[in-house]
Amino acid sequence: MEGITKEYQMGDEVSVVLKGIDLTVYKGEFLAILGPSGSGKSTLMNIIGCLDVPTSGKYWLNNRLIEDEDQTSLAHIRSKEVGFIFQSFYLLQRQDAWHNVELPLIYANMHEKERKARVEEMLTKVGLADKMHHFPNQLSGGQQQRVAIARAIATNPTILLADEPTGALDQKTGAAVMDLFHELNDEGRTIIMITHDAKIASHAGRIVRILDGDISEGNLEDA
Amino acid sequence: MLSLAVIKQSVVMALQNIKSNKMRSFLTMLGIMIGVAAVIGLITIVQIVSDNVMNQFSTLGAGTLNIMTWSTPLKDGLTEGDLRSISNIEGVDGVSPTVTFTTTSVVDNEVYEKTDIAGKSFIYFERNKDIIAYGRSFVESDMSGDSYVCIVDPVYVKKVLRGKDIIGRKILVGGYTYTIIGIRKKDESINSYMSDNSQKDGTIIIPYKNALAMSGKNNVENAEVYISSGAKISEVESALRKALNRIYNGDDDFYAVINMDSLMEMMDKVYGLLGTMLGGIASIALVVGGIGIMNMMLTSVSERTKEIGLRKALGAEPSRIQAQFLIESVVLSGVGGVIGIVIGLVMALVAASLMKAQFTISFGAIALGFGFSAAVGIIFGWMPAKRASNLNPIDALRSE
Repeated sequence: MEGITKEYQMGDEVSVVLKGIDLTVYKGEFLAILGPSGSGKSTLMNIIGCLDVPTSGKYWLNNRLIEDEDQTSLAHIRSKEVGFIFQSFYLLQRQDAWHNVELPLIYANMHEKERKARVEEMLTKVGLADKMHHFPNQLSGGQQQRVAIARAIATNPTILLADEPTGALDQKTGAAVMDLFHELNDEGRTIIMITHDAKIASHAGRIVRILDGDISEGNLEDA
Repeated sequence: MLSLAVIKQSVVMALQNIKSNKMRSFLTMLGIMIGVAAVIGLITIVQIVSDNVMNQFSTLGAGTLNIMTWSTPLKDGLTEGDLRSISNIEGVDGVSPTVTFTTTSVVDNEVYEKTDIAGKSFIYFERNKDIIAYGRSFVESDMSGDSYVCIVDPVYVKKVLRGKDIIGRKILVGGYTYTIIGIRKKDESINSYMSDNSQKDGTIIIPYKNALAMSGKNNVENAEVYISSGAKISEVESALRKALNRIYNGDDDFYAVINMDSLMEMMDKVYGLLGTMLGGIASIALVVGGIGIMNMMLTSVSERTKEIGLRKALGAEPSRIQAQFLIESVVLSGVGGVIGIVIGLVMALVAASLMKAQFTISFGAIALGFGFSAAVGIIFGWMPAKRASNLNPIDALRSE
């Protein structure tokens, strides 16, 4: 990622949210992006997650330059390369855990047989083998986030992008989710976690701090 | 791109949405239901009426020209010679004269004064082979004028003869003794519906020459001209008009030729037009129903903005989002349409039984109703679905 800027036109004013960010994330890394709200971390996450394209600068994801893509090809890239984990889980309330995990696989055009096996494998991996057909409102917050994690890793994406993954969880379940992240990281998955919580960020192997659209490498003592 | 799994999932989701918003979905579907029911009901009812009228007309005779004459001081009806020259026209298969009047019949010393007499030729029965229910019809040798045989109709059987051993009975008709040789079937033609026969004693059919003699008429007033199967009815009609023109010395005020085929064609057009017109009016209701669907879909899109954003984040292309909402809209209108078809057919069934007409399910109408509702779903679901597909995933995810 080189010289990433993002500007928003707000009425007559142009607001610069990201001011030329250079960042390299290595394969297999567990990176935390730490910053207070309004620092531009969500915008950065959107660009990393290919939900948005930068105003200027270059972004390579898995050796592919992402620029000026239309919504359809961005969707293809997201489907293949990115697994999202959100603060408030974002599960489809009217679908059970199984179907929630199946969703990205349908969008990735995986065949039914393969898909079924994959869904079961993923749910088993996050420890919900016995709750596959529970609906989100029958699951605890921690379990819901596990479903969301299973959904995020189902397509075997290049990066896992977690936005305040423990923000809606109590300390204990949050810690359990972090354990799961470590486990996934040990398997070689690249994880990028965005948070404002230095304590949560400390789980990561590397921490990048973002403030007012600029980033600096740093350690916890600076935070 | 649009895999079966996506379609299946979309249909399941659509049904779930319909179920979880029962009241709203029902009210939305109500518009489509009423529209489809109105279209199907009206089209089917017109179809039923048209079929029944056409059936009756065709028993009156397809491939038949009817001649009607009115007596003038110079000429009353068609003579034997006239009939012969008509039957010699190219394309004419046969001419069946009809002589009708009312006279008195006597059975078991009881006098029945309102007995209708129909004088017919054997040719009539050759043409209408299934008209006899029991016994036999006239044959050529009955046409000599001194064969006193008759065929009675079910009304006469019911009112006068009252069952038991009818064939072979002798009755007194207009002063002559006739032997009953057959019973005809109930008259299903439109004439029998149009005339009030409740005061009559029924009809006796006798050979037309006997009828002429009995009534004191010299000539035949009405005749049916049968067209041979290869001939063009319009050509025969103009030849017949020419012949009648000659017979009547160029005066066409006292005869008429009725072409049942062209009459039926005209009726068919009228009913077709009527059906189209009523269907058109009813489809206004469908448009209103479609607007209801559009409204509900727009509401649904804005309610589910976050879900749309999530689906996009998980890799759904805009076209899939569009397809999903389009499928939801079609499922909504399709379910409404199916219910509407059922209501419409029940309406038509009730109408048919009130009219004592035969009810036939028109598969064309069902297909039309289904097509209409699906089309409404696509047309009115297009805009909301497009709007959903164009949502920016970031804004959609962030929305509350």
